Amino acid sequence: MEPARAAEGLVPEAKSLRFWDRLGIKTKQAVWAWIFLALPIAFYVGIRFYPTAQAFWLSLTDWNLLRTPRFIGLENYAKMFADPVFWKVFQNTFLYLILGTPISLVLAFFIAWHLDRVRFMHGFIRALYFLPFLTTAAAMGWVWRWFYQPLPIGAINGFLSWLGLAQQPFLRSTTQALPAVLVPAIWAGLGFQIIIFLAGLRAIPQTYYEAARIDGLGEWAILRKITLPLLKPTTVFLVVFSSIGFLRIFDQVYNMTTNDPGGPLNATKPLVLMIYQTAFSSYQMGYAAAQTVILFTILLIVSLIQLYVMREKT
Amino acid sequence: MFKTAKAAALALGVGFMAMGSAQAVEIEYWQYVFDSRVKAMDQLIQNFEAANPGITVKHTTFPYADYQTRVVAAKAAGQGPDVVQLFYGWLDNFVAGQLIQPLDPAVFPHAEIEGEFFPIVEAMKRGEDYYGLPTAVRSLALFYNKDLLEKAGVEPPANLEDFLKVAEATTQRDRSGNILSAGVTLDMAGQDHHWWREVLIRQNGGEPYDAEGNVAYDSEAGAAALKFYTDLQTEQNVGLLGFMDEGQAAFRAGLAAMTIDGTFRLGAFAANPFAWGVVELPADAKGERSNYSSYFANAIGATAQGEELEAAQKFLAYIASPEAMGIWLETVGELPARREVALTEENLNDPIRAPFLKGLEYAHTTRFYDEAAQRQTAIDMVNRVLLQKQPVAEAVAEAAKAEQAIIDAARK
Repeated sequence: MEPARAAEGLVPEAKSLRFWDRLGIKTKQAVWAWIFLALPIAFYVGIRFYPTAQAFWLSLTDWNLLRTPRFIGLENYAKMFADPVFWKVFQNTFLYLILGTPISLVLAFFIAWHLDRVRFMHGFIRALYFLPFLTTAAAMGWVWRWFYQPLPIGAINGFLSWLGLAQQPFLRSTTQALPAVLVPAIWAGLGFQIIIFLAGLRAIPQTYYEAARIDGLGEWAILRKITLPLLKPTTVFLVVFSSIGFLRIFDQVYNMTTNDPGGPLNATKPLVLMIYQTAFSSYQMGYAAAQTVILFTILLIVSLIQLYVMREKT
Repeated sequence: MFKTAKAAALALGVGFMAMGSAQAVEIEYWQYVFDSRVKAMDQLIQNFEAANPGITVKHTTFPYADYQTRVVAAKAAGQGPDVVQLFYGWLDNFVAGQLIQPLDPAVFPHAEIEGEFFPIVEAMKRGEDYYGLPTAVRSLALFYNKDLLEKAGVEPPANLEDFLKVAEATTQRDRSGNILSAGVTLDMAGQDHHWWREVLIRQNGGEPYDAEGNVAYDSEAGAAALKFYTDLQTEQNVGLLGFMDEGQAAFRAGLAAMTIDGTFRLGAFAANPFAWGVVELPADAKGERSNYSSYFANAIGATAQGEELEAAQKFLAYIASPEAMGIWLETVGELPARREVALTEENLNDPIRAPFLKGLEYAHTTRFYDEAAQRQTAIDMVNRVLLQKQPVAEAVAEAAKAEQAIIDAARK
């Protein structure tokens, strides 16, 4: 409609100048930008923001899918903060984060940094690292679950007992289960992080390195003074991205502990799994919504802190 | 000319289609995915449709883990199934959520239900109404691997004392004492929590729940029963919780000599590459036996009305008929819910079916309020003893408190 009119406007006719024609080029561009943006905005409002607002409201009700929601104030939150399982789960969630993010990032950087120098079969090795990222978490969870089995079928325990070491309970232990679940989660995300790190490394101009070498800087100094600082945007992205990933961990945990989800004794249960069980096993939608609000808040705070800590110092 | 003919044909076709849809009723049947059950139901639907032209049954299945959610979500969306399968322990939730409607006594007379079905059908009754009818009932028994028992030179056990001896004789360990082949499977997430609850506690002189349905196992009997169970791993070392991931997997792989499981497993175990047999659950020293029986019932969805309701009633009557029960027994292996179909000479002489049928005579049916959550309390109880070395009496007390809280919350 509008462009057609604008085109008509070009025809020198006696018609009075329309409203559109009186707008400046800048304004016109802005209007067009908003028109194009309207669709994704409408989409986001309908698909994201509205349900988010709805979740906040539901967290103040006792909705159980069947009855109409009844407003109960902050009762869900009081119940949650008084529940020892919630605090256990809260602790687990942060354990996934504070173990998972640094370990996976250091590993990914270490591998990427070395891989960057490898010319021999570079593509093939990179593909090998990337492969787990393409695998379904469910399939991977089940394979790892069998790796961790006790004798005679568990591969890892088979190896341990071949070495003459005691077999380990892994998933059947309240202390080992969480790290055991974390390993495949880290392994799965590694490929993606390596690729991103590689791209970041490649983006650093070679001239800097040449200059540094001419100046006689050692490899360690080059890494510290040039590579790491220039890699900062990449690192910030990966820290935020992987933190959110670990805070939302679910697939690996659920698939590796299906008989006793999040067990044994809630040792591996992350917040998302608790939300899932509250909502879809006990149908306490209001209570689950309250847990979701907490998860949302944690994600928001963690992301903001990270962005603040790793901001560009200008 | 040609065009007119085509239009006429089209009109005729549309006319026929409209007629067809006016006569045919489609009803939807929901159950969870379990190979043999799906196969059996497909056959029942085929027979039903052949006998009732004009009614088609759409068979929809969901993974077990999602099943209840789907039913509840469908109700929230206002489009539930017409006939739906449910575990007897879910009944309170389903009734409270208005997912199902009571059976019309004119179509399903109470006298007939009570006269012809096993008494455990009572668990489908709330107030004056029956809410569903089972096709099959299940009970537990001890499965044993004939090859492994023969190799160890032992007979299948009749009582708990022999049970321990057989378990010890059939367990294979490596030099460090790690189990390579278990004497008995320990799987609390499977059927073992029923064994503990309804069998071991009673054999130790206690009862799991009192007459009002409150937890009553926080007693010496409860602790003794738990000690017997956890000792299988900690003292006797004849089984390991989590061995081969699941009890049934260990048994199927031929790496466990005995496992306690239900009738529903018969279909899956049929393909086992070794000879196996079934005996009743072991009696105690005084010869006392107990068993846990349960069932999935079929109920009519709350949304079924008018001709769909009529079709749903016909379908429910058929899948609860003697004929359907026979087919279900052959395909799934579950025991018929009607006495006359179950207690036939042939079944009572069948070496596989007889132990389950005998078990049905002295079986108890736990009144569950939230089956998954109540099972979780038993799983956690055993884990606290095995993983955290909590004394059994404390573990039982903690479990009793947790389970009572679930019951109280459900009754509110």
